[in-house]
Amino acid sequence: MLKILRERFRQGYRTFPYLKKDPVIAERFRGRPQLPIEPCALDCHACRDACPYGAVQIDQGRIGIDLGLCTFCGDCATACPSGTLTFSCDHRLATRKRDDLRVGPAELQLAAALDKRMKKLFGRSLKLRQVSAGGCNACEADINVLGTLVFDLGRYGIQFVASPRHADGLLVTGPVTENMKSALLDTYAAVPEPKLVIASGACAIGGGPFRGSPEVNNGIGDLLPVDLYIPGCPPHPWTTLDGLLRLLGRLEGR
Amino acid sequence: MSRLKPVQILRNGDSVPLAEVTILEMDAFFTAVKQEAAAQGRVVALFASPAGDEFDLFALIAHDWQGTLALLRTRVVDRYPSLTPELPAVHLFEREIAEQYGVVAEGHPWFKPVRFHRSYSAGDAWGRDQQPLIPGDMDYYRVEGSDVHEVAVGPVHAGVIEPGHFRFQCHGEKVLHMEISLGYQHRGLEPLLKGKPGPATMQRLETVAGDSTIAHATAYARICESLSHTAVPPRAEAIRALALELERLANHVGDIGGLATDIGYLPTASYCGRLRGDYLNLTADLCGSRFGRTLVRPGGVAYDIDKDRAEKMSKQLALVTRDTKGALALFFDCPSVLARLEGTGQVAMDDAEALGLVGVAGRACGLAVDARLHHPWGAYIRNFDQAVFEETGDVHARAKVRQREIVNSISWVKQALSSLPDTELSLPAGALAPESLAVTLVEGWRGEVAHVALTDKQGAFCRYKIVDPSFRNWSGLAMALRDEQISDFPLCNKSFNLSYCGFDL
Repeated sequence: MLKILRERFRQGYRTFPYLKKDPVIAERFRGRPQLPIEPCALDCHACRDACPYGAVQIDQGRIGIDLGLCTFCGDCATACPSGTLTFSCDHRLATRKRDDLRVGPAELQLAAALDKRMKKLFGRSLKLRQVSAGGCNACEADINVLGTLVFDLGRYGIQFVASPRHADGLLVTGPVTENMKSALLDTYAAVPEPKLVIASGACAIGGGPFRGSPEVNNGIGDLLPVDLYIPGCPPHPWTTLDGLLRLLGRLEGR
Repeated sequence: MSRLKPVQILRNGDSVPLAEVTILEMDAFFTAVKQEAAAQGRVVALFASPAGDEFDLFALIAHDWQGTLALLRTRVVDRYPSLTPELPAVHLFEREIAEQYGVVAEGHPWFKPVRFHRSYSAGDAWGRDQQPLIPGDMDYYRVEGSDVHEVAVGPVHAGVIEPGHFRFQCHGEKVLHMEISLGYQHRGLEPLLKGKPGPATMQRLETVAGDSTIAHATAYARICESLSHTAVPPRAEAIRALALELERLANHVGDIGGLATDIGYLPTASYCGRLRGDYLNLTADLCGSRFGRTLVRPGGVAYDIDKDRAEKMSKQLALVTRDTKGALALFFDCPSVLARLEGTGQVAMDDAEALGLVGVAGRACGLAVDARLHHPWGAYIRNFDQAVFEETGDVHARAKVRQREIVNSISWVKQALSSLPDTELSLPAGALAPESLAVTLVEGWRGEVAHVALTDKQGAFCRYKIVDPSFRNWSGLAMALRDEQISDFPLCNKSFNLSYCGFDL
């Protein structure tokens, strides 16, 4: 018992005061892309050609990135000869609409809060059922991290539950494999109304690295109505937390 | 053609022109496979590749203590006599071949689909061509009797975890047998890898199993380097090994935390959960991704560790090391924890050997299987002599292997950060040799990751075979559950911590 207390004292208090302080993220982390405001003078298309998923689009010299298809590998930035396309350390990426993920140089339209009725229902207590529908398990790993003492998701009233019957919504990861499609739809049907759907990670949004495989659905697509998109491959835990708190209206005005 | 040998002897990372690999008669092939296996051989892979209307069957058998890999090849049309009755380690490989190409293993005692997808060739081995494929739809082993009941779990489980289906045959609380049916995570990876390698190829290999990104990425990079005869700079080799050991640390520490959670020993559970993230953050310091995405590239690595970064990482590692040791000491000093671990979920050494278990699960049963020791590559050549083995084959042994490997990996990373060779970071990997076969082994944190690639006339991949350690080890979990209480399943499962997506591909 004394040993346990001594170790507890040594390990210290590690829960991060999110909302009060900005989290420290690795400097090489690739978050929100910074795109040139002026149309690119070069006609090289190197950034577009470097992306295997067609996430980079160029319209009359203006570069745009679809964060729903982007795996944040940074190959487009490496390929850019002028160095005008870069990735910032900004972890805030989640949006409410699929279209908002198609970003240009303008400010990213971050997720707005739920409407009044839904916020009243879920704002202070949100129970989610996670469904892994393909993917590589990295998304699940970094969702599990939210339960550790650093992130302590429970303090915001958000919790992952075992049964869809106890849940207010689904958090879906993976490109939705053929073999998981019916299990995903069954799980959705088992969640009582009203319910939310969160697409977490490049796979769930657009198929991720598996986009184009005949064995996958290229993400949730039209299978379910999505309320929140969290980009990343996998999304950083802070990105997920930021998205969830925005959805619940806890970050309004920030 | 007298120079053709019936058996090609390769080493980890070798490539060979396909024309030099003799196509044996079927009888001679199966005799040779059995002989190689009997001579202290261990089956690493058995797979098919289309050859016109027929199929090439390749067997890769490791002779660990010689550090060699025997490669055998034959040609089959639509069936062959199953090896499984004599060599149980190939049971899943034969089922996989049948599912992928409709080639039937006659006399297979357990002949069922593996991942529930359509055949890549004309025929379905189970005649399901016109029927919808439903994952998990197969005959399960059943125990009859008045007091016997069956428990079915999954595919959607009660936590943030991948999908899989488990069937327990129980008598009261006692599990007589458990059968595992997977395939829900099947993304069709192997066919996606065909063609000329590009940026997407690496990303698909990095996501075979997200927690083993460095292991699979390294195995793939080495395939490209072997086929293009590129010598990787020593600095890149050192950074790859450092990242692989960080991956091992994050997962092993996380697993000890997971065991603590399942037992209800909260101090270690909460410390290890946090510490796992600290190791992931060290990997992110290196390459920006907590899972090591984009670090390994054919020809080298994409990110350097300069002096400042090495110092910063060393400092952080020292802090994390202290906390890790404290959290582990609490766990392994606590009598009630040890009582829960010892004797639970035992796998006998003979069973482990017959099933071909690898990695942590194999070493916990006393099997000397560690590619870093027997088939070293890159920075592990001449530098690795710390393989860890336990003998009891229970949950405790699997926890102990992890605990001891954590200590070893910490000193490896510490040493590596202070002694990075002063060379370039990357060399351009050229075009792949046409009509060749390359094989690489990498000891990931879970166990041996094996990749085999075949190229066509244009030097594009015409077949890419991935063997994740989970493919070998899920049968081990089924064995561990025999005669245990059904309530021991979570603990046993955690002690193996196998990958669903790595198995499902």
